[in-house]
Amino acid sequence: MNLTVASSPHIRGNFRTNRIMLDVVLALLPALLVGTAVLGVRALLVSAVCVACAVGTEWLYCRLTRSRNTAADCSCIVTGLLLAMTLPASVPYWQAAVGSVFAILVVKILCGGLGQNIFNPALTARAFLLLIYPLGVTYYHTPGADAVSSATALHQMVIPALPEQSLWDMFLGNCPGSIGELSSAALLLGGAYLVYRKVISLRIPAAYLGTVAVLTLVFSKTGDPISWMLYSLFSGGLMLGAIFMATDYSSSPVTARGQIFYGMGCGGLTVLLRYNGLYPEGVTYAILIMNALVWTLDRYTAPRRFGTGKAGAAR
Amino acid sequence: MKHLFFGGVHPQYNKEMSTKDTTLHTISPKQVVIPMQQHIGTICTPLVKVGDHVLLGQKIGDGEGLCVPVHAPVSGTVSAIEPRPHPTMGNVMAVVIDNDFQDTAAPASIPSSGDEILHAIREAGIVGMGGAAFPGDAKALSAMGKIDTLIANACECEPYITADDVMLRTDLEHVLEGMLILKDILHPQDVVLAVEDNKAQAIEKIRLALKDQSAIRLEVLPTRYPQGSEKQLIQAVTGREVAPGQLPASAGCAVFNVSTFAAIFRAVRLGIPLTRRIVTVSGEAITEPQNFIVPIGTPFSDLIRAAGGMNDRTERVISGGPMMGKAQDDLSVPVVKATNSILCLLKDKNGAAENPVCLRCGKCVAVCPMRLQPLYLYRFVNSKQPEELERLNLMDCMECGSCAFTCPGKLPLVERFRVGKKLLREAKAK
Repeated sequence: MNLTVASSPHIRGNFRTNRIMLDVVLALLPALLVGTAVLGVRALLVSAVCVACAVGTEWLYCRLTRSRNTAADCSCIVTGLLLAMTLPASVPYWQAAVGSVFAILVVKILCGGLGQNIFNPALTARAFLLLIYPLGVTYYHTPGADAVSSATALHQMVIPALPEQSLWDMFLGNCPGSIGELSSAALLLGGAYLVYRKVISLRIPAAYLGTVAVLTLVFSKTGDPISWMLYSLFSGGLMLGAIFMATDYSSSPVTARGQIFYGMGCGGLTVLLRYNGLYPEGVTYAILIMNALVWTLDRYTAPRRFGTGKAGAAR
Repeated sequence: MKHLFFGGVHPQYNKEMSTKDTTLHTISPKQVVIPMQQHIGTICTPLVKVGDHVLLGQKIGDGEGLCVPVHAPVSGTVSAIEPRPHPTMGNVMAVVIDNDFQDTAAPASIPSSGDEILHAIREAGIVGMGGAAFPGDAKALSAMGKIDTLIANACECEPYITADDVMLRTDLEHVLEGMLILKDILHPQDVVLAVEDNKAQAIEKIRLALKDQSAIRLEVLPTRYPQGSEKQLIQAVTGREVAPGQLPASAGCAVFNVSTFAAIFRAVRLGIPLTRRIVTVSGEAITEPQNFIVPIGTPFSDLIRAAGGMNDRTERVISGGPMMGKAQDDLSVPVVKATNSILCLLKDKNGAAENPVCLRCGKCVAVCPMRLQPLYLYRFVNSKQPEELERLNLMDCMECGSCAFTCPGKLPLVERFRVGKKLLREAKAK
């Protein structure tokens, strides 16, 4: 009999990379469903293009470089889908495809691959598209009325004024916007699933949303701070960003304190950019800026060494 | 007041496999192999020659410094004195005894006063029986006058192993007596028997036994690995953390395994040295998982045969638990004082990936009971940066395996940390 002599531990838990990635896809489905219901079947088609291009790029790269097929870990599906979530349903398919290839090839693979990339691939690709095809990525149409350009809630809040949609419509997703950002309810549901499955911890989303809530309440631009705060939370890409983008493993801190500071930083920058930026939305750039600080945050928020500090010096 | 230790994981425990029947079977091996080192410290020198006839309980090896003697676990004839494979220490000088099956015992000596008790613990060859094998008398001496809490460790947090559980169910009085013996010489204010809540029968028995007294209290802890680790158990029971590089006594605690307490009782009250122990033989690949009480020195192969043999598809045979135990390739290795279990396991369905990749998911940071950052340690071992490993306190790692168990990318974390520790020691030696 051939006995294996390998290092302990001899048993492993049932967490697996591809299972985690499929959980994220599952968690995004409610938001995608709402996007398709409100914006039409084109939302679904844009998502399909993004996912197909992401998986195809990763597969092709592995084939050409004769390396192991890393598409099997399913993380490229998540990247493709997340990019689609940030795009309007009206985006030209080829622009979506360019973004998807850019996300996988440049931001992920060329930056070291899974777990090594500093910046969130989907958001970096969105920022890239915003730079070269500003019209395609910011053209929104009103639910039900094809090809009629309309202002999102955030556009109206720049005025500043409370949006014309009711808070309830905003919460459910009956409003113009990108494919995956419409319904805060659907995104929160997905987030709850991820927390339940222990894929993400509450720390980053809670710190992020909490900071935005406090700042918009204190620095309200209208006479109704509570409504202003709620509209701020439910509008734009905030929920999508806080729950799905800022929690991206590769581009977020691993320490508990680091995650809280990171979430707070994302929240603070989001409000700052929304109030003072060129675009009505600030989530994309807020998260990308914080991405750059992740390794530094980890370094300076290392957990207290066991046996030092208060508990260690108890006697 | 209950505390929690930081981090930890919940593996599949599979303990019911070996506790269906708690009868302790024994076996008499034809030959026993007694390594001259079964403890942390200096190796013993053999006190017998080839051809000598030895009695059960006769001292056959002893040494100076941090060292406890070893004894013959059977009576018989010394047939060889040579290096033999040891389950955790490579090849170690050993005395091989051919059993005469008479069990002719050497005369016992029973001590009376306090100083003599520590001496008796040493002379009986007692070590920590939970796995660490630190000499018992040295541990007691280090705690003398410094502790307020004496803890009996019956957590047995490793999956499969039920040796302590069965000890509590079958020999509880000796464990409690052993605790009172150390209580008398160490004078702690609090004497705690700590058990994880997955041992219902043992807990019931303990409750009944402790009903009418106040010297010892039972602490039932929520089951979580690695609660049985000394530092984590102290944290769970008292909320204190043992400072880096310090002994438990620095946090006012002394922790002994329950089997060690029973051995102390036998040594001090009956004058019987440590020559037998309970061993769990279990795992999916074992025909009849169960607990045995066997002479130390019994070859693994004898025990596996006594448990009905193992499956052809057995992938690993482990001395100790699946989280921290050591995989064996030579089954002639003997049971030593710290061997609490022999596990025969099939291939793990969640096993290692061909190409381990770190996702930066941070789960390793969340589960590390020593609050280290395994993902960064792994990176710096691979890039050979001892100064970074030092900064991130690699030496605090006790190799509990919680990080590797949890890692979705299936990184060989513990394996690399051993390499890293070597790297760090070499860098310091320069």
